[in-house]
Amino acid sequence: MSADVLGTHDDEPEHSELGRMDVRVRALETVLTQKGYIDPAALDVLIDTYQTKIGPRNGARVVARSWVDANFHDWLMTDATAAIDSLGYAGRQGEHMIAVENTPSRHNLVVCTLCSCYPWPVLGLPPTWYKSAPYRSRVVRDPRGVLADFGVTLGDDVDIRVWDSTAEVRYLVVPQRPDGTQHLTESELAELVTRDSMIGTGFASHPESTK
Amino acid sequence: MSYTSHADLGGRAGYGAVVPEPEGELFHAAWEPRSLALSLAMGATGSWNIDIGRSARETLPDYARLSYYEIWTFALQRLLEERHLADADEIEAGHMLRPGPPVKRVLHAGDVQAVLAGGSPTLRPSTDSPRFDLGQRVRTMSTVADHHTRLPGYVRGREGVIERIHGAHIFADTHAQGLGEQPQFLYTVVFAGTELWSESGGARDLPTLTVSVDAWESYLEPA
Repeated sequence: MSADVLGTHDDEPEHSELGRMDVRVRALETVLTQKGYIDPAALDVLIDTYQTKIGPRNGARVVARSWVDANFHDWLMTDATAAIDSLGYAGRQGEHMIAVENTPSRHNLVVCTLCSCYPWPVLGLPPTWYKSAPYRSRVVRDPRGVLADFGVTLGDDVDIRVWDSTAEVRYLVVPQRPDGTQHLTESELAELVTRDSMIGTGFASHPESTK
Repeated sequence: MSYTSHADLGGRAGYGAVVPEPEGELFHAAWEPRSLALSLAMGATGSWNIDIGRSARETLPDYARLSYYEIWTFALQRLLEERHLADADEIEAGHMLRPGPPVKRVLHAGDVQAVLAGGSPTLRPSTDSPRFDLGQRVRTMSTVADHHTRLPGYVRGREGVIERIHGAHIFADTHAQGLGEQPQFLYTVVFAGTELWSESGGARDLPTLTVSVDAWESYLEPA
């Protein structure tokens, strides 16, 4: 947690509400530690893991590899769990992975309308909007309207598939490789792969836009 | 009906615009990561399973007005109180007032990476054959379950097509009720946008829309 992220909320009116939650969570941690149910050092490791190790850069490396390596691409599309595991990303909330590929004629979007299921090993923790009522309620019914909220427009003839993650299968969208990227290395390509492009609410960036 | 989920949001109107968020923005208050980690660490004790956890969250009476990590925090407290792992007066006091029952295991710092990497796969071996074939037309059940279930309301009683067969997975409905894994075949069922939303005049571009859910076998019958 960076101080600037926290600092933005210090002056907001719900400060007392946040204080109430802060007290409650501290109380839970104290009680559970005193009872021997949790190791506070494990909490630190969990938080550090999802802040610095497990996040959307993992998924970006998976996508970039699939763009440059046809064999890996085929593996990813037929057995995503194993292909992703081969790059070192596996486990909690990614036990059963499926990769779905965007093409000029088909665009995929992922949601969990029932809660917040999300492929943690490749994308980390879900963004607030993914867990919130506006996205969960509307994307299965009006995906183009949701995409407009992200500034994304698709051609009228593009088919849209929305994958509602209602069980323990987790979905990773493989965005289209941007034009004019033939000269880029795999790691340079990974920098173009945004989190939103792997959920389906964005496109991969063009090289000039990341300069 | 005694069971009410407040989390089945698909297709509901009136929630407004989606607010995008930058990639690095994970938490919005200092207590949020601690709450997340507490839920993960207590989950690792084996005192409940993920479906019991989901059930505790979706039935919180205040679900609709709570933030995501508030939902996690209040559901954790509820799960702890139900099992007398921590009582309400202890959380109020901020410290232990009495010893609690033992838990199956404690997640120690040195084991976190291995536990996360292992995950909790839900695929189970099965000698049965799936009831439905790829490409088969099916209809989802129209009855409303009186317990935690993973068939969203917006696809209930609708006709779709079997697109993928995922093998036999732990059945969330029984797992959430403490009735065991009772694995069933799990399918990706795809629905035409016009099948889901035509009655209510949904999106302007329905002909280009398909929506899929992952549905256990007992949610389905031949169409």
